[in-house]
Amino acid sequence: MRDLHLSLNQTQRVRLEAALHELQSLTPAAASAAAVTVADTIPVNQEDNILKGHGTSDQDGEVVATLCGVVERVNKLVYVRTLRARYKPEVGDIIVGRVIEIAPKRWRLEINFSQDAVLMLSSMNLPDGIQRRRTAVDELNMRSIFEENDVICAEVRGFQHDGSLHLQARSEKYGKLERGQLLTVPPYLVKRKKQHFHHLAQYDVDLILGCNGFIWVGEHVVVDEKVKATEDQQKSSDEAENFTPLETRKHICRLANAVRVLSALGFTLTVELIIETAEASASSNVEVNDMLGAEFYVQTAEREAKRRADLLRKKNGAR
Amino acid sequence: MEYVDPLTGFRVDGRRPNEMRKLKGEVGVVARADGSALFEMGNTRVIAAVYGPREVQNKGQQVNSKEALVRCEYRMAEFSTGDRRRKPKGDRRSTEISLVIRQTMEASILTHLMPRSQIDIFVQVLQADGGTRSACINAATLALADAGIPMRDIVTSCSAGYLCSTPLLDLNYLEDSAGGADVTVGILAKMDKVTLLQMDAKLAMDTFENVMGLAIEGCKAIATYIREVLLENTKRLECQRG
Repeated sequence: MRDLHLSLNQTQRVRLEAALHELQSLTPAAASAAAVTVADTIPVNQEDNILKGHGTSDQDGEVVATLCGVVERVNKLVYVRTLRARYKPEVGDIIVGRVIEIAPKRWRLEINFSQDAVLMLSSMNLPDGIQRRRTAVDELNMRSIFEENDVICAEVRGFQHDGSLHLQARSEKYGKLERGQLLTVPPYLVKRKKQHFHHLAQYDVDLILGCNGFIWVGEHVVVDEKVKATEDQQKSSDEAENFTPLETRKHICRLANAVRVLSALGFTLTVELIIETAEASASSNVEVNDMLGAEFYVQTAEREAKRRADLLRKKNGAR
Repeated sequence: MEYVDPLTGFRVDGRRPNEMRKLKGEVGVVARADGSALFEMGNTRVIAAVYGPREVQNKGQQVNSKEALVRCEYRMAEFSTGDRRRKPKGDRRSTEISLVIRQTMEASILTHLMPRSQIDIFVQVLQADGGTRSACINAATLALADAGIPMRDIVTSCSAGYLCSTPLLDLNYLEDSAGGADVTVGILAKMDKVTLLQMDAKLAMDTFENVMGLAIEGCKAIATYIREVLLENTKRLECQRG
């Protein structure tokens, strides 16, 4: 409800409330019981010496939450998992970011973290693909690789001694993203998975779920393009390859709107759910621009409630 | 003018002396902000938006790079008061209130956890009916908690006054402009610490203590309400996430 301001009519409001209520009843009671707000005491057994993790502090011998979220316990560790907060980087995360500044030997990227991330010229592959020392000429040509406002996909390399965050892009799959849409969602909706790059072959679309809540939906690019001669590529890319077929563009918009609806409803974004939502919209003849309307919004909530109910039933049946 | 009815003991707006106005808090009202909240105390209505922690925009303002920089801007919408008057942005009143809110919130934010970043708090008064600075602090607390910024404790604020030899809780505009004392208190609800105390008139020592005690009671009631709002919001988000 954060990003979409809808005018629901009476029936739609009732249906939405019913669907959300259904979702609430489906979540295990333990999950909602573990919810804490700022300054709530977290009950712990004082005897076993626990470790206080993120979002907790010690006040007069009690463990107190400093954030709103859900208490998680892993062996001795007790921490609070936040819901709505900025991105907390972890080494190896795949992220999507936007270049905001070009500094000597580095690019600065906005990645929804509390600071700007740094991508060093030395920690990315050069376009010619040769491993060598970066020269002054390379440094001068940095703008030909990434310019300001370019959208980039990279990987979190780690924190430096001074506390700044460094990225790397040492693979063909990382780099500039073109011909698509960038969507920003709250980072807690993207779960860390093995696979964050998805090629949806049926749509000819690439979907990148960045751990920082930046999601890229764009035309599929063939990675091993680099095998071709570089001069050849430059010429052809200007004219013929700048063209994206209308059909693909429609698919991109449909998937992007599916992401928008799901994030506005606060559902975890998985590829399966995004595809399912896009497919449901296509099969029920909802136009791309109507996907952000009230009716589809309510339908999505109902479908998700049904899906989770089915999952739960299957799980219980298996037992 | 009678601010407290001598017969019934009711105030001009029909409240009892120790009764607060109706509270309403809503989280997540500004789409682009990291955290936002709308807070109402009776007819006073305030919107707060929090951006950050984000990269420091003006490096010159950064004093200590080991701590986050907290900035606050208070504004009154032109339509918020009875007479529609364009107020210059940097007038003394709003500068002072910005400073007060910043200091109050900074006392509770764990700034050392977010080095080399800044947090911006924007509060805007949409309807002014007395107690705007209390409402702003309450709204800012809600917005900061929504933005997932670590805080020591919930900061709440409430005002109390002394009119017709009665301590009154949560003054409205009419009572505020009556010329009596107006004590605004901000507390860290759980730790029972005072972070803000302002008074703009003279009061006898023992009456001041009564008035301040009343204001602290009000703060605690607001804290209970704010925590309810936050807990409900957290549970809702968690349920939807699944």
